[in-house]
Amino acid sequence: MSKHLIDLVDIRKTYGEDDALKNINLYIRDGEFLTLLGPSGCGKTTMLRLIAGFTMPTEGKILIDGKDVSAVPPFKRRVNTVFQKYALFPHLNVYDNVAFGLKIQKLSPQEIDTRVNEMLELVNLKGYGKRWIDQLSGGQQQRVAIARALVNRPQVLLLDEPLGALDLKLRKGMQIELKKMQQRLGITFIFVTHDQEEALTMSDTIVVMNEGQIQQIGTPTDIYNEPKNVFVAKFIGESNILPGIMKKDLLINFMGRDFECVDSGFTKNEPVDVVVRPEDIDMVSDADENAHLHGKVKSVLFMGVHYEFLVECGSVTLTIHSTDYVAPGSDVGIIILPDAIHIMHKSVKPEELDFTTADELLEAEMDAELEDKDE
Amino acid sequence: MKRKVFAYPYIVWMALFIAVPMVFIFYYAFNVDGSFSFSKVWATLSDISKWRVLWVSIEIAAGTTVFCLLLGYPVAYILSNMRKSIAAFISVLFFVPMWMNFVLRTYAWQAILEYAIPNMLGWTDKTLTGSVWAVMMVLVYNFIPFMVMPLYNSLSKIDRSLIEASGDLGANGRMTFFKVVLPLSVPGIVSGITMVFIPAITAFTVPALIGNGNYNLYGNEIEMAFKQAAGSAGSADYSVGSTLAIILLICVFISTAVMNRFDKDHEEGGNLL
Repeated sequence: MSKHLIDLVDIRKTYGEDDALKNINLYIRDGEFLTLLGPSGCGKTTMLRLIAGFTMPTEGKILIDGKDVSAVPPFKRRVNTVFQKYALFPHLNVYDNVAFGLKIQKLSPQEIDTRVNEMLELVNLKGYGKRWIDQLSGGQQQRVAIARALVNRPQVLLLDEPLGALDLKLRKGMQIELKKMQQRLGITFIFVTHDQEEALTMSDTIVVMNEGQIQQIGTPTDIYNEPKNVFVAKFIGESNILPGIMKKDLLINFMGRDFECVDSGFTKNEPVDVVVRPEDIDMVSDADENAHLHGKVKSVLFMGVHYEFLVECGSVTLTIHSTDYVAPGSDVGIIILPDAIHIMHKSVKPEELDFTTADELLEAEMDAELEDKDE
Repeated sequence: MKRKVFAYPYIVWMALFIAVPMVFIFYYAFNVDGSFSFSKVWATLSDISKWRVLWVSIEIAAGTTVFCLLLGYPVAYILSNMRKSIAAFISVLFFVPMWMNFVLRTYAWQAILEYAIPNMLGWTDKTLTGSVWAVMMVLVYNFIPFMVMPLYNSLSKIDRSLIEASGDLGANGRMTFFKVVLPLSVPGIVSGITMVFIPAITAFTVPALIGNGNYNLYGNEIEMAFKQAAGSAGSADYSVGSTLAIILLICVFISTAVMNRFDKDHEEGGNLL
């Protein structure tokens, strides 16, 4: 796990005047499941295409196994891709699609036959060899695409939003299967998605991207529990983001009150952003003497697994998730425990970010959502 | 169902100008002194010189088709890899000559080959017309857009990601072309061949104007047969011309059938040509 398989060094990629990627430095370890996560237009697909070799970096270099491959064409890289819309060859049947790469390597017919059948079995498509691509369902096409890539025994498998076209149930199933496959084969998977839930479920490492820049690299728990900035906090799951002042180590003031927290190392009285996940806030009865804050339930939304409450506490509206029902209009007490509080430097304010159109839209959507909740 | 009404004018048109003439052709071919007989058809079929003309016509049409394909494929391939707006502009340039009448263009070529180029080169006793190459060149000139367009259509429909996938799986440019691009452009090749071969086999203006009578093709043979019959005294005998027309029609049907067989993998959409 420790060996660097891929190194991206000072990568910059421009299309015309626009920077698709700027100042990317990233290493990918051998055998890990790494997810590039971000909104559309954040540069995650460009990064995948750079690793596959479909585009060349404007600046910087890409090392695979320590060798600079920046100028090596895709057909000479031991990297295979599962394309977003599968890109299966419509003029070939399932068997010949999977055998495509092996035939190019000029392997013996027996070996091709063994490996193709082995692979079709692995993706649960035994006996489908003679079918044409248009006779398969979306999920089956997905499996063929995976088999076609994996049969070449690549060092790295790149997956470009491969589950985007599948329905929810199929997607969940494939997520688990892909993860199992990756663990069994020990091949490095680089997975591109905009679905944060998918990323959290499958990955060893998540790279959160926005604006052609890496926002945070970490394990799913790190990313979820310790978002580094407002973008990550907003993009991964729901969160209450509140302005605060770091009084001293382990003491934070927000919503007009001091809270104990687990963070330290900030300057005294530094203005910070406080992130509190909706499920980390406890609602208790209004009379509870342990309650830190008091508020009124403005609205309740049934979300399936839990209820989503909007609770007005003075000038702030908190989003709270709980499985216990509380009627709208009730007065409640609120407890926020130290480890529920995550503190981020105010280094990058969202309004200072230079948004491109696609991200601006997403950001605007997020803001609108937050505003809706504020009302 | 009321909408059927809108098809009536065309049905009338087809009946008058396609079905009725066909009936006449069969009538003239098989009518001997008011009764049905194979005798005249048989006489025409036994004329070996007519078969020779048919063979030359097939050769020239096939040659024309091959040249159109060899010249047209690279053009279509390059166009399909260009930005759509530029490709559209260049294809318009391709089609500009097509806005002019076919016969007019052929006359222009006749003037070029017969006078313009020989004069320029200072020849006094030679012209470029009258050779099989001249006939074929003008046929290629006239028909190549009908090859390029279907090829361009099917090439530009090929998903770029398929080409990337092929490279991703280890195929270099040449392998990708032969294993992915070429097979996927077969529908375009088939309709291109159909759209060139059939008009070329029935061509008669070009051989008449450019061939100087040295290269009479089947179309010219049919024309002459009808002209002779009309010019001769007494009741006109259209039997020879009609028989030749039927044979040509059968050739066209056969080549269409062969082409459709090649295209059988792409049954959906129903090819009209």
